[in-house]
Amino acid sequence: MAKLTFKTDLCKGCGLCVDACPKHLLVIAKDKINQKGHSPVEITDQSQCIGCAFCATMCPDCIITVER
Amino acid sequence: MIVFEKPKSLTDAPLHYCPGCTHGIVHRLVAQAIDELGIEGRTIGIAPVGCSVMAYDYFACDMVEASHGRAPAVATGIKRADPSKIVFTYQGDGDLASIGTAETVHSATRNENITVIFINNAIYGMTGGQMAPTSLPGQVTQTSPYGRDPKLCGYPVKVCEMLAQLEGPEYLERVAVNNVKNIKKAQAAIKKAFENQINNKGFSLVEVISSCPTNWGMTPQEALKWIDDNMIPYYPLGVYKDRSNEEEK
Repeated sequence: MAKLTFKTDLCKGCGLCVDACPKHLLVIAKDKINQKGHSPVEITDQSQCIGCAFCATMCPDCIITVER
Repeated sequence: MIVFEKPKSLTDAPLHYCPGCTHGIVHRLVAQAIDELGIEGRTIGIAPVGCSVMAYDYFACDMVEASHGRAPAVATGIKRADPSKIVFTYQGDGDLASIGTAETVHSATRNENITVIFINNAIYGMTGGQMAPTSLPGQVTQTSPYGRDPKLCGYPVKVCEMLAQLEGPEYLERVAVNNVKNIKKAQAAIKKAFENQINNKGFSLVEVISSCPTNWGMTPQEALKWIDDNMIPYYPLGVYKDRSNEEEK
């Protein structure tokens, strides 16, 4: 099973990963704020992740680690 | 098994770029190429003036800061002083295509054995969104509030097309980083540009069509779409010169 790990404190909430996910599993958590003052990304259902790493490829800040 | 993680050639320093700025993606592609080729111990990068002026904090290799536009000249000096080093410059359009045009053209025509990564986002980012030499006709910027008028300001500089007229350069390619497919192509192009230098082929330049959501006045998503709709039709992607192909024919 694929697993995503986010360095949440470095996320700027740009949402490029959200659009890249072919399974539409990522959302910007509007109710949370990280150290930088941005709403960070989070995954809604880890079990559905296929580990394609499209999100990590699009992430400008390299905050996503993908394991499979 | 880890499928994707931050490359070792990037430091842990948080990037100062705006949310959604694709500079971070290109930094990562350069670092991945350095990792994959195993040259992190002998690579020297040249940081430009512009948004990526702090690139020396982000690459885990020796870095030099050049005066505005002079990165190819500094790279020439370093490479000639110690040809065993792998030397790359990382420059924006205001740096490479405006104040640094002479250095770019002459290092290309001399076929200096260096790698140039050229970020074209059609605007001056760091100084607040003024018109750049690469701004599109009709593009609204701080200094062209009614859109760039070619009659008044001239036409954009197409760097790859311009350099392709020279006999000197080894490899010129234009890529984009607005979607996963284009990023994969950009990754291959940047890796090839470094391989050319390792094999002593000569001057390799990769122009990366990039976004500037803040100064274009768009969301990061709109900016990526704007690249597809406006930038790529004006700056067609592809290989503009590759002498290794010419020799094969």
